[in-house]
Amino acid sequence: MTVGEIKNLLDCEVITGEDLLDVEVRTACGSDMMSDVLAFAKTSCALLTGLCNPQVIRTADMMDIVCIIFVRGKKPDEAMIEMAKENNLPILSTGHRMFSACGLLYESGLRGGKMDA
Amino acid sequence: MPNLMELKYQVSNEDFTRAGEASSDVKKKLKQLGVSPDVIRRVAIALYEGEINMVIHAYGGEITVTISEEQITMTLADRGPGIPDIDKAMQAGFSTAPDNVRNLGFGAGMGLPNMKKNSDTIDISTEIGVGTTVVMTINL
Repeated sequence: MTVGEIKNLLDCEVITGEDLLDVEVRTACGSDMMSDVLAFAKTSCALLTGLCNPQVIRTADMMDIVCIIFVRGKKPDEAMIEMAKENNLPILSTGHRMFSACGLLYESGLRGGKMDA
Repeated sequence: MPNLMELKYQVSNEDFTRAGEASSDVKKKLKQLGVSPDVIRRVAIALYEGEINMVIHAYGGEITVTISEEQITMTLADRGPGIPDIDKAMQAGFSTAPDNVRNLGFGAGMGLPNMKKNSDTIDISTEIGVGTTVVMTINL
């Protein structure tokens, strides 16, 4: 699945990264807890979150997350958008709640990746 | 074996929004050096968790990263309260982080376990009221 397909499936506004919609997303992770994202997220992963602060962008940078989707209509501020641009990180915003957003992506074939042994 | 590179960062606990700047810079430098993506990812995660810990629990400190032919060594030295019970602190889910930190998305009690998971060796020396030094190595 691509970032652009996620945009269409979740009816997202593209906050930044209009030129990165072709980027491939292999797995997804939905969490408001960055500690858990740091412990569990996989590679080529999209992050769905309702948490909206600079540490979300930083966490995404550390984990090589390929796309952030803010749920529940959350929108990042200018400083966060700047950080995302520096890291070539596309940011989408959807009005869907977390559960629905994850469900719509799962229904279209996106998975969370294997559980750790 | 001489070190190829040494990086030093001062970590301040005054502004949580800046937490992670050191880790982000180290990640960029390792990329420039052509270190493998898997190693960079492990360094980034371990260091970022450590940096966040310094901001949450200590009063800032210093991060030193040395890179040799064989390994990357990360030393995080803080001037903090120290860790009373390291075994407990290493347990997944155990956290003493305050509510304001949890509201920012941290404090799930995964920091130290995740640092251990991502590094090849981890050594923690701590003294109550003086500070904590964590040394992690990742083999190249």
